[in-house]
Amino acid sequence: MSDTQPDAPPSLYAAREPIFPRRVSGKFRNLKWVILIFTLGIYYLTPWLRWDRGPILPDQAVLVDLANRRFFFFWIEIWPHEFYFIAGLLIMAGLGLFLFTSALGRVWCGYACPQTVWTDLFILVERWVEGDRNARLRLHRQKKLDFRKIRLRLTKWVLWLLIGLATGGAWVFYFTDAPTLLRDLVTFSAHPVAYTTMLVLTVTTFFFGGFAREQICIYACPWPRIQAAMMDEDTLTVGYRVWRGEPRGKGNVRRKKKADVMAAEAASQAGGPGAGIGQAKYAPTPYPGVADKASAAPVDAAQFQDGPGDCIDCMACVNVCPMGIDIRDGQQMECITCALCIDACDDVMAKIGKPRGLIDYLALSDEDRERAGEAPRPVWKHIFRPRTILYTALWALVGLGLVFALFIRADIEMTVAPVRNPTFVILSDGSIRNTYDVRLLNKQGEARPLRITATGAPSLQVELEGASAQTITVPADSTYLQRVYVIAPEASAPAQADRTEFRFWVEDVTSGDTASKGTVFNGRTN
Amino acid sequence: MSKTPEKQKGDPETTGHSWDGIEEFNNPLPRWWLWTLYATIFWAVAYTIAYPAWPMISKATAGVLGYSTRGEVAKDIAAVDARNAGINEQLAATPLTEISADPNLQTYAQNAGGAVFRTWCAQCHGSGAAGAKGYPNLLDDDWLWGGDIEAIHETISYGIRNETNPDARYSEMPAFGRDELLEDAQIEQVVNYVMSLSGTPQDASMVADGEGVFMDNCAACHAEDGTGDRTQGAPNLADAIWLYGGDYDALMETVNNARFGVMPEWQDRLSEAQIRAVASYVHGLGGGEATPE
Repeated sequence: MSDTQPDAPPSLYAAREPIFPRRVSGKFRNLKWVILIFTLGIYYLTPWLRWDRGPILPDQAVLVDLANRRFFFFWIEIWPHEFYFIAGLLIMAGLGLFLFTSALGRVWCGYACPQTVWTDLFILVERWVEGDRNARLRLHRQKKLDFRKIRLRLTKWVLWLLIGLATGGAWVFYFTDAPTLLRDLVTFSAHPVAYTTMLVLTVTTFFFGGFAREQICIYACPWPRIQAAMMDEDTLTVGYRVWRGEPRGKGNVRRKKKADVMAAEAASQAGGPGAGIGQAKYAPTPYPGVADKASAAPVDAAQFQDGPGDCIDCMACVNVCPMGIDIRDGQQMECITCALCIDACDDVMAKIGKPRGLIDYLALSDEDRERAGEAPRPVWKHIFRPRTILYTALWALVGLGLVFALFIRADIEMTVAPVRNPTFVILSDGSIRNTYDVRLLNKQGEARPLRITATGAPSLQVELEGASAQTITVPADSTYLQRVYVIAPEASAPAQADRTEFRFWVEDVTSGDTASKGTVFNGRTN
Repeated sequence: MSKTPEKQKGDPETTGHSWDGIEEFNNPLPRWWLWTLYATIFWAVAYTIAYPAWPMISKATAGVLGYSTRGEVAKDIAAVDARNAGINEQLAATPLTEISADPNLQTYAQNAGGAVFRTWCAQCHGSGAAGAKGYPNLLDDDWLWGGDIEAIHETISYGIRNETNPDARYSEMPAFGRDELLEDAQIEQVVNYVMSLSGTPQDASMVADGEGVFMDNCAACHAEDGTGDRTQGAPNLADAIWLYGGDYDALMETVNNARFGVMPEWQDRLSEAQIRAVASYVHGLGGGEATPE
């Protein structure tokens, strides 16, 4: 055995460090509560909104009717061939995320992402049941599985499972009539797919919100990696004013540094401007509408460079962090910019009599100004930039396009598929017949009598398969396939010509609405 | 040579690997990832046991679950058959002329009949039912044996000139030339006469003589005006549609050697519901006629 045995190689795998976020209050926390209630409220309540569409169509305001291939959204009904509306909304969602990311970093992650919202809710439940950070830490470290620990854990898990069940439960209501489904679910007569979906969503919600938590953001979600590439030096994101906070310290360290500075001041007799330690050195980011102008005045920074910073190393920002990181290490992959560290730090700064904003929404481009003792530029200067204006314009353009498309869409539509096998048929009197598969879309909630005619070549006669007249009744809210024959007499021009263009017209006999489609008549080619 | 700076407190741990003084940080993976990897390995092995996987000499291992894609298809087909059993029964029991009155039954018959047609009929009549020389076009309004749904149903059930079934329709045109029933000159005359019936350009000098030949030899089946007789399957010679061609050469061949197109019976291969479905499909192709009262 050698004395110089090398250290055992470090493990390439590590267990997850459990995170126990401490309770925090403040304006960002309040904003997050509002968003949580609002988004979860939308999610859980929307399927229960009613919207009258007449006797045939469903009366659920928002309904994804997969069986009948329809999407209902209040007064809008989307058919499968109008899926471009969904594509347009997805493009708008994408552009919206570009916009928000370039302006405010990972603001989606921090406030609105379902993973964040549900995790927030789960942590709230955890705190109600098990207590705040210290109580949870104690419970976690307690090795002995006594009655209290079992009771607390079970209570928490049951509550989590109930939230998960409600999550999966709300999801299935979007796909079928909610009151009917609820009755079926309770009486165990619903479709197995509903139960399976609920089971899967209950388990995933329970697992993602209760146990996986920040690991979803770090390991599973691709979006943070993309977002990192979309931020620039003007993006406002949660950061630590390192030039104001450092050198950090607490207790004796801090007092010693303070004494050093006092001594230095006394020695130099410089006596600079009246700002002493404990007063504002740097201004917080000036938010619109926040009257914190007093502290926004530029101050002489050079004076304090050797003194202790404003950070008293109280770890409040770390303790409240749901991602388990230290924001003072700078922007990092894990940070979802939930801004809870801002609230925690502002609270501490208020207690020690310093201006808020040691941890704050910062833009990289302001660092040099702030280090030089100048106030950061207003928030609007960071938000209104060519890049964000371009994103907004594109977003609005797509939105206006969709609204326009919504208003011009007809409630009768027709598609014409000429039958090409064979292209034409010779009838016994020598006339030429072409066949067309005509699909008629009646988007109204009632049956409509529709008349099919052809224009463009006067000699063409229209006949409908299975109907003696040219008018057929198309049932409400449905597609109707009608085989249509167009006949040209033997001597007529279309019969003799190779191809003749003409147009099919469909007319609602009662309302006079029309739709048309151009197509081609194939004449005798031999 | 530059010297690597000493490690500071708080520097990330390194893996111990060093290349030219460059060290690799150790950013340990979450341990549960490792367990996930083991779980996938276990899953892969279990999968190859449960499902067909390992290639052997003649075929792959069967897997303990007994799964096969063929079995899945058979199951799907059985499920569809079971689902359609009711409507097939209804189709077989509904009078042919009343099928179109029930939209649900009509749609089913059209779709099921289309499938039957493309499987069993398309070989001769074409996938678009336009037929070919000697195989009737089913899209037009000209029918040899009748174009109402009951006539079509009868044709499909028993076939045409099908000698294995006594119910099959049967007729035969004499080979006027080969069997020396007519002189060559008479045949030429009658061919020109037949061409005149449908307005095809012909040698007008022979038409008058040809008419006589036609009345004596052909009119019994094809009728005096040449419009044919459906009870015998005798084609209409006065219209624009020709099964074997309406030009001089084709008609010479027909009159000399006759034609004898056959169609097999389908009642021994298709179910009654399938035959009714395909009859409805053919009737709906554009040439279907109303059933005479």
